[in-house]
Amino acid sequence: MRYLVTLKVTAQPDGPPPADLMEAIMKLGQEATESGALLDTSGLAPSSEGARVEVSGGRLIVSDGPFAEAKEMISYAVYEVRSKEEAVEWASRFVKLHRDLWPGWEGEADVLRLFGPADFAPPA
Amino acid sequence: MTVADSHRAVEAVWRIESARVIATLARMVNDIGLAEELAQDALVAALEEWPRNGVPDNPGAWLTLTAKHRAIDQFRRRDTYQRKLQQIGRDMELRQEWAEADLDDALDDHIGDDLLRLIFTACHPELPVEGRLALTLRLLGGLSTAEIARAFLAPEPTAGQRISRAKRTLADKKIAIELPPPAELPARLASVLEVIYLIFNEGYAASAGEDWIRPSLCQEAMRLGRVLAGLMPAEPEVHGLLALMEIQASRIPARTAPDGSPILLLDQDRSRWDRLLVRRGLDGLRRAEQLGTLGPYGLQAAIAACHARALTPQATDWARIAALYRLLAHLTPSPVVELNRAVAVGMAHGPERGLEIADALLEERALRDYAHLPAVRGDLLARLGRADEAAAEFRRAAGLTRNARERELFLERAAGLD
Repeated sequence: MRYLVTLKVTAQPDGPPPADLMEAIMKLGQEATESGALLDTSGLAPSSEGARVEVSGGRLIVSDGPFAEAKEMISYAVYEVRSKEEAVEWASRFVKLHRDLWPGWEGEADVLRLFGPADFAPPA
Repeated sequence: MTVADSHRAVEAVWRIESARVIATLARMVNDIGLAEELAQDALVAALEEWPRNGVPDNPGAWLTLTAKHRAIDQFRRRDTYQRKLQQIGRDMELRQEWAEADLDDALDDHIGDDLLRLIFTACHPELPVEGRLALTLRLLGGLSTAEIARAFLAPEPTAGQRISRAKRTLADKKIAIELPPPAELPARLASVLEVIYLIFNEGYAASAGEDWIRPSLCQEAMRLGRVLAGLMPAEPEVHGLLALMEIQASRIPARTAPDGSPILLLDQDRSRWDRLLVRRGLDGLRRAEQLGTLGPYGLQAAIAACHARALTPQATDWARIAALYRLLAHLTPSPVVELNRAVAVGMAHGPERGLEIADALLEERALRDYAHLPAVRGDLLARLGRADEAAAEFRRAAGLTRNARERELFLERAAGLD
C-alpha cells in the first residue's frame, strides 16, 4: 500500500528551524529509506514562489502565490507500507520531531492512500 | 481508539522494528531461534502495555530492552544463566552491554551490522532454499507462520516445519551469526540476492484477485532489497537487483487484462506503468553502473530499463537489448538467455539473424519441451514470409505449453497464417 503524507504548518516561531531538528529529520528520513518504507520525499518552497490554477464559475483563474490559507504545505513523502497504521507511525515520528525540537511549532500531517493495482483489479 | 485499533498500531511498530530487535538480540544470545522467541515475548508485552500507557517515544529500544530483560529472567529461571553465558563465552561483555546506559547509541552503533548478520544467516547456503525463504520472511519481514504458509500456498504446519528445521540446522551445524569472510562474500551475497529475487518472483507469478498476501511478496522483496541497499551501498549487484525488481514491478498495473489474462510486454498500455518505480529503478541502475561492472542482476535491470525508457514499443532500443543479452549470456550461459537474445537480434537486425541464433538452439536438451522455442521460431519464420513453417511451429508451441491462455494465443497465431 502506498501512502502520501503531506505536512502542513499552522504556527511556527520566528527564525529558521533549529539545526537539531534538521539533523533529526535527516536521520529519520535515512532510517525510513533504509527500512524500505520511504520511496520519495521533498521539502516544498514557500507558496510565494508557486501559483494556483483554479476553475470557478466556469472560468479558469491563475493566481500567483502566496496562498491565503493559514496552513502552508511544507513537505511531502511517499511511503510503501503494509498497513495504514504503519504510515501513521512514520508520520507520527516525523511530527513528533517538530514537537520535541521546535517548541511553539504547530502543524498537521495528512496520511492519504494512493490508489494501486489492487484498486483496478478485476473482481476476484 | 478501540482495542483492535491499538493492536494494529502496535503491530505497525512491530513491522518496522522487529527485524532490528531480533538482530540485536541474536548478537547478544547468539541464537536466532531464541532471539526470535524473546522478541515475540516483547511484542506480547507491548500489546498489553502500549494500549494502556501509549506507544513509547522510542518503541524499538523499548522492545529490545524488554526482550533483554526477558532473556535474563528466563536464563535465571531455567537456572541455566551461568551455563548459557559460559557457553557463549561472553559473560563480561554481555553484562557490560546490557548495563549500557545509553541504549539508543548502543543500538545505532551495531544495528546495521546486526541486521546484515541476520540476513546472511537466514540466507545461509547450508539451508534448503525453502528454509531460507521462510526464515527470511519470518525474521526480516516479520511475517507470521500463517502468512508465510498462505504466501507459498503451503499448509501452515509445513511452513512451520520449514522454519523450525532451518533454525535447527543453523544450531546443529553450529553456524555462527556473523558476516561472511571476504573470500566467501560473493557466493554468500549471491545466496541473499537469490532469496530476495525468489520472493519477488513468487509474488510476481501470483495472479490478480489471488489472496493479497501473494502479490504483496513483490513489495516485501523490494523492501528487503532497499534494506540491503542501505546496508551494502557499495555493492553494484544489490542496486542491480533492486532496480530489476522495481522496473519489473512498475508493469504490474498494466500486465493483466480485465478478465485476468496476462498482457505481453509489447502489448501493454505503457501509460499505466508505475512512474515512481520506473524512476527509482532507473536511478538504482545508474548507481549500479557507477559502482562497477554490471553483474547478472544489473544486466537484467539494464535490459528492463530499455523497455522502461521506450515511450512506445516501436521506440525500443533492440540493438542495445541484444548487446546486453550477449553480455548476460557470457556471465550466465543459458539456452533461455540465448533464446531471448534471438528475439532481440530478430527485432534489431532482422528475422534472418534472429532465426540463426534460434535454430542453433534446436539441439538443446533443456529446451526440448520449452514452448517458447517454437513460438519464437514461428514468429521469426512468419516475418520471413515462410507461413507454413511458421504455422507448424506455433502449433507445436501450443502443444507444449501448460498455460491455457498461452495455448489459445499460439493457436490464434497459427490460424492467422493458414
